[in-house]
Amino acid sequence: MPVGERIGRIDGRDKVTGASRYVDDLPFQGLYGRTIRSTLPHGRVKSIEFDKDFDWSGIVRVDYRDIPGKNIVALIEDDQPCLVQEEFKHAEEAILLLACEDKERLDAACRAVKVIEEPLPIVLDPEEAVRQGWILKTLEITRGDLQAGFAKADFIVEGTYRVGHQEQLYIETQGVIATPHADGGITVEGSLQCPYYVHRALTSLFVLPDDKVQVIQAVTGGGFGGKEDYPSMISAHAALLAKKAGRPVKMIYERGEDIRATTKRHPAIVKHKWGVSKNGDILAADMSFVIDGGAYVTLSPVVLSRGLIHGLGPYRHEAAWMHGQIAGTHTPPNGAFRGFGAPQSLFAAERHLDKVAKVIGKDPVALRQYLTLREGDVTVTGQQLNESVGALPVLAASVPKYNAKKAAVDAFNQEAEKKRSPVRRGVGFSFFFHGNGFTGNGEAKIQGKVDAEVLPDGKVVLYTASTDIGQGTLTIFRQIAAETLGVSVSQVEVAAQDTNIAPNSGPTVASRTCMVVGKVVEDVSKALIEELGSFLASKGAGPESKGKLSYQSGAFLFSEERVTLAEAARHYAEAHGKNLKVRRQYQTPPGLSWDDATYRGDAYPVYSWATDVVEVEVDLDTAETRIVSCYTAHDIGRPIHPVLAAGQIEGGTLQGLGYAFMEEVVWKNGRVYNDRLTNYIIPTSLDAPEIEVEMVDVPYSGGPFGAKGVGEIPMDGPAPAVAQAIDYAAKVEANELPITPERLLAMMERR
Amino acid sequence: MKITFEVNNQEKTVEVAPMRRLLDVLRYDLALTGTKEGCGEGECGACSVLVNGQLVNACLVPVCQVQGAKVMTVEGIATNEQLHPVQSCFIEDGGAQCGICTPGMIVAAVDFLEKHKGTPTREEIREALAGNLCRCTGYQKIIDAVENAARQIVSKRSSV
Repeated sequence: MPVGERIGRIDGRDKVTGASRYVDDLPFQGLYGRTIRSTLPHGRVKSIEFDKDFDWSGIVRVDYRDIPGKNIVALIEDDQPCLVQEEFKHAEEAILLLACEDKERLDAACRAVKVIEEPLPIVLDPEEAVRQGWILKTLEITRGDLQAGFAKADFIVEGTYRVGHQEQLYIETQGVIATPHADGGITVEGSLQCPYYVHRALTSLFVLPDDKVQVIQAVTGGGFGGKEDYPSMISAHAALLAKKAGRPVKMIYERGEDIRATTKRHPAIVKHKWGVSKNGDILAADMSFVIDGGAYVTLSPVVLSRGLIHGLGPYRHEAAWMHGQIAGTHTPPNGAFRGFGAPQSLFAAERHLDKVAKVIGKDPVALRQYLTLREGDVTVTGQQLNESVGALPVLAASVPKYNAKKAAVDAFNQEAEKKRSPVRRGVGFSFFFHGNGFTGNGEAKIQGKVDAEVLPDGKVVLYTASTDIGQGTLTIFRQIAAETLGVSVSQVEVAAQDTNIAPNSGPTVASRTCMVVGKVVEDVSKALIEELGSFLASKGAGPESKGKLSYQSGAFLFSEERVTLAEAARHYAEAHGKNLKVRRQYQTPPGLSWDDATYRGDAYPVYSWATDVVEVEVDLDTAETRIVSCYTAHDIGRPIHPVLAAGQIEGGTLQGLGYAFMEEVVWKNGRVYNDRLTNYIIPTSLDAPEIEVEMVDVPYSGGPFGAKGVGEIPMDGPAPAVAQAIDYAAKVEANELPITPERLLAMMERR
Repeated sequence: MKITFEVNNQEKTVEVAPMRRLLDVLRYDLALTGTKEGCGEGECGACSVLVNGQLVNACLVPVCQVQGAKVMTVEGIATNEQLHPVQSCFIEDGGAQCGICTPGMIVAAVDFLEKHKGTPTREEIREALAGNLCRCTGYQKIIDAVENAARQIVSKRSSV
């Protein structure tokens, strides 16, 4: 049974021996590329001066005039230029590209360029931007009669919650190699999540037919959303240089450039005003959600949408009005980062629920148990939850853990008080859900495709553009196909994530790879069996025996005969002069409907569910926080690979813990000030607690072998749990992230 | 400048600028690309290698400092296709995800276990690997892998 087994990851040996080839490890002969960027947050390029004393021979220069097509990076709205023409809207916007064979001469060339910038008015604060009317997009969700809800409420509870930027901080920085071809085509190989996003950006930029652009994913050293949209930009730059040079160009960002110039998690300001009954029933929920999009639209509308849909948490409510805005600011565009709007809005929802609990005088965990959505309940978009609702199981698993930790924390604090120690402990609980796959009609629009070919020796090759960025795509797809085909995992291969051979499976984002594309892998594997079965039946014993044909453990059985997959494949190839290759694409599970105009319906095919119980220790003198322990219960359906799935949960949980109390992007006049690993701090092995993961499997019939999504949900819960725990320890209301010592000290002073 | 040193038990001579980073010499002059660059300032540990048995960040070492030294990189950890227990445990326990920190992590863990010689506590392992950043795993499965590798090494040693 390949599914559910803890096999070693397919790429494991290469990764532990150093044999894996990331983009900067690939054999390369060509030029190195660099980017000259704006330094002001808003302005005009008055002139570009090239030092006359510098020897410019052998240096390739590219500016906006070298772009054959439209000067945009094609994504949702075509508003972001690839290279600045005159006006720029944020610092670190690319103005000029240089390439040279010699890295040291390239550095010198970069120093020999002077861009004269003329400042224009700026707005850096998203709330100020909204006041000034720079709003990139708005979105509303309404449900029920809000005014009636407020009218019958016993309490009106209001709160404001703020979260900051977060840097993805994949350990491998952004990088690509672009190679031009004599026929005008271009190949880009690099560190990226979504080959077909890059493909589309390049065909549009160079006005090339699809088959003249090839995008290949190299082994990728982490993404977390940060390599969803930005690779289109760096690929475009490298490709422009390569085209002009007529030779391959490699661009690898240095860490500081990567932190300063590429996307981050959107900061958000969330305001809640809820009308609640004295039991805690949410009768009316008014939510305002402002996210800072940065200077261009990029992926922000989708982040806004996911944030809003998750904005009331996994709780029952009668009426809601949710109002979201993307503020434009003169800062680099914010983009995808694991969770995609949900960590921001779920932090606010959980914090607000804590406030409600305080107002009505109820235990915060008991209130969550009371209000949780259950099977048959309806979400804010009017979606009735009909299947795989893991809310009660995750709550049931985690509440005893919370109670035990709370008792231990109370005992610790009593002792600490006696000893007059400044150290206090606290425990926090969060409950959250995450919609799997694209929102609404997204999956139906994308129509993710997977091909499967069976070779004459019985090897099955999967062709998919879904990338493995560490989460284990290459391994779990093999497991799913092997399980479906009744063969061993070693009999299944996955071809390269190369747009020349792999169909568009959709982007590797949105907790969709396992559940959505994995289902297509199952379907295409079944299709191989069907096709080979009908081939055997047609050439074999005639139509009457067709019904008796069956497939079991890697072989067709009909009448007395047993034909293995390999034999059938060989017969097929001999008869047809080619191997059997089939394609399947995403089919919307029955019963789902969505109306984009009203934002009503089934926002996601299904949700994953989870709780976190976090124990912290706060030094009340220094306001330093340490995470003592972390327990998490997750319903992600049935895990395809228990070790890889737990790895996703542990890793996402630690990123969420970092978001809660450590990771802060500091800005100075629209530029990231802490652009190094020395001062943008992520958790080390000493900052990380032991993370206990409990899987509560509630299988989903629409996923492969019952699987749902796991990539993002672990990121959603740690921050509110940490905040609640810090509240407990330090007697504050930690409603802003990150809760750094500086911020906590200010909160304690305000107390 | 001509610099001669041993890399993974093989003598190498390179003709490079004396201040060229050991990291670049390994990666670009000797094609040993297993050693990775994550930050270029000694914070992330992706370029961890051993110089004369000392764990260092190769991005902070000018190559002139390794004249005559013995350098060990991730490529030298497995012997004749036989994985080191730390490596096989990383595969079995899920210690590697994206894999970019893995080579440095493996070198640091192997060095730690060689010096520790016993079965370290999880806290000791955490301390030993605190100079190697990982963004994927939450460190849980890395600690699991090193813990299991230590057990395997100790039981193998006692059975010999």
